[in-house]
Amino acid sequence: MKILVAIKRVVDHNVRIRVRADGSGVETNGVRMSMNPFCKHAVEAAVQLSEAGQGDEVVVVSIGPKPSTDVILTALAMGAHRGILVETDAELETLAIAKLLAKVVAEENPDIVLLGKQAVDDDSNHVGQMLAALTDRPQATFASVIKVVGQALEVTREIDTGTETVSIPLPAVVTADLRLNTPRNAALPMVMKARSKPLAVRAAAEFGVDLAPRLTIEKISPPAERVAGKTVGSPSELAAIIAAEVSQMEAL
Amino acid sequence: MSVLVVADHDLGQLSPATARVVHAVSQLGTVDVLVLGHDTTGVAEKASKLAGVQKVLCAQSLGTAEADVSVVEALAKGYHIVAQSANSCGKDRLPRLAARLDIMPVTDIVEILGSNRFVRPIYAGNALQTVTDPQPRHLLTIRASAFPPAANGNAAPVETIDVPVVSAAQLIATHRTESDTPDLAAAQIVVGGGVALGSAENFQLIARLAKKLGAAIGATRAAVDAGYAPNDWQVGQTGKIIAPDLYIAIGISGALQHLAGIQGAKKIIAINNDPEAPLVKLADVALIGDLFELVPQLIAELDQKLP
Repeated sequence: MKILVAIKRVVDHNVRIRVRADGSGVETNGVRMSMNPFCKHAVEAAVQLSEAGQGDEVVVVSIGPKPSTDVILTALAMGAHRGILVETDAELETLAIAKLLAKVVAEENPDIVLLGKQAVDDDSNHVGQMLAALTDRPQATFASVIKVVGQALEVTREIDTGTETVSIPLPAVVTADLRLNTPRNAALPMVMKARSKPLAVRAAAEFGVDLAPRLTIEKISPPAERVAGKTVGSPSELAAIIAAEVSQMEAL
Repeated sequence: MSVLVVADHDLGQLSPATARVVHAVSQLGTVDVLVLGHDTTGVAEKASKLAGVQKVLCAQSLGTAEADVSVVEALAKGYHIVAQSANSCGKDRLPRLAARLDIMPVTDIVEILGSNRFVRPIYAGNALQTVTDPQPRHLLTIRASAFPPAANGNAAPVETIDVPVVSAAQLIATHRTESDTPDLAAAQIVVGGGVALGSAENFQLIARLAKKLGAAIGATRAAVDAGYAPNDWQVGQTGKIIAPDLYIAIGISGALQHLAGIQGAKKIIAINNDPEAPLVKLADVALIGDLFELVPQLIAELDQKLP
C-alpha cells in the first residue's frame, strides 16, 4: 500500500505574528518557519501505518518556495521514504494547491492520501476535501483514529457533537486532527539519513494547472485591541460583576 | 441574488447557528434553506419560521460528506450563493462542493462588507483578511457566532425534493457527549476550564459554576488532551469558536490557539493564580488566586445574588 502525505511550510506556530503596517500581509521575513503542526500528525500517521506493515512506501509532497525542502527533510527524517517539492514562489489559493496535488495523485496513484486538516497560517481547512472531490475519492476529515480494515479505512472523526466513525473504501483521502497521534522528533541519525533519501524538485508550471488566483485580497489588518481590564480583590466583588452582567442579559 | 443555506440540525432540532447564517446572508439576496437527512419535518418547520426565508427544501441524505455534497451540487446551479455555517459539518462539506463546482470558496466569514466583499480571520484570529470575490457565483461558510440570529414569525413553504444520493463512504457509528448544557457556539455565557483543574473530577467545579449561570462549558486543548473534558468542549483555533456575551476562564493561562477561539467574547473574566498569564492580561476583569478556593466561594456568593 502506498501513502502520499501533503505537507506545508508555515510560520512556526509558537511565533507571535506581526501584521505589516501597509496591510500587505503578515511579516514572514526573518521569522522562524516549520512544518504545519497538523501536517506533522499526518506524516506520523503515515509512518505508523508503514511501520505496522500496512504501507510499503510513504511519499511526501510539499508545494511552495525552495526552502519548503526543509519540511520535506523533516518528514523524511520522521520516516517517509521519498519527497517531492512542487516549486513555486507564488502564494497559491487552496483550489490551485488541490489541483496540483490531484496531478501528483494521478502520477503516484497512492491508496491513501493524508493531509493535515488545516494550515495554521491561512486557517482555510480546504485542501483535503477539495483533493478528494477532484480525484473522486471518499474523504474522512478531522481524523482522530485510522484503522485499515481490508480494502477500506475506518476513521473516527472529531465533530461538533462528539465523534463519528465512517468507513471509506480505498483509495481515499484522510485529514489529520491533533489527537490522531503524537508526532515523533527524529533522532539525529534519522536526520542525517534523510539527506540521502530521494527528493525530486518539479516546477509548479510543468503540471499544466491554471494557478491564477480567483479572489482578490484587499488587505490584511490586525484585529481590534481589547481595552485594558481591572483586577478585583474578592469572589464577592466578582460575583457582583457577574450578577450585574446576567441581569443585563435578561433585560434584553 | 439567490442564496441557498444548508441548515445544521442535530437530534431533530434545528441548530441555533442556522438562524444566524440566514440573518447574515439575507442581506445578500433571497434565501432558500436546504434541510438534509431523514425525518426532518420538525427541523424544516423551524427553518420555515425564520425571517428572510423564501422556501425550505427537504432532501434525503446519508450523513456523509459525499452524500450531502452530491445533493447540494445538484441544487447549486439554481443559486448565486451557497452558504453553510463554519462548523465541523460546513468545513467538511463546502470545500468538497467548491472543487466539484470549480469555485474558490470564502470561508469562516466574520463580516460581510458588500455583495462580494468579506472579512475572514487568518493566523488564529491574529490577523484579518479582507477579500473581494469576483467570481460569478460564491460559496461561503459563515462563523455563526459573529452574526445575530434571524427573527421568527415567518411561514415559508416547505417542499420535499427527490435528489439521487451517491456515497462510497458509510457512516457506521456516532458517539456523542451526553450533556444538558447549552450549545457552546451559540451560548450567551461560557465557563471555560484549563489544565490547572488537574483532573476530570475537579472539572466538575467548572460544570457547577456553568450550571449556576445556565452557561455552556468550554475547555482548553490541554485539558481535553489530558482527558479532563470531552473533545467537543474544546475552544480554540482547532476547536470551537465562541462569541458569548460573557466568558469566564478558570485556570487558563491563554495559549495562542485558545485565545483564537475566544476573541469574539464581549466580556472576559479570568480566575488564575498567575497575574502575568496572557489570558489575565487580556481579561476585562481578573481575580487572582487559587481557583480551588475562589470558585467555590464565587458559587456561594452567586447563590445569594442570583437565587
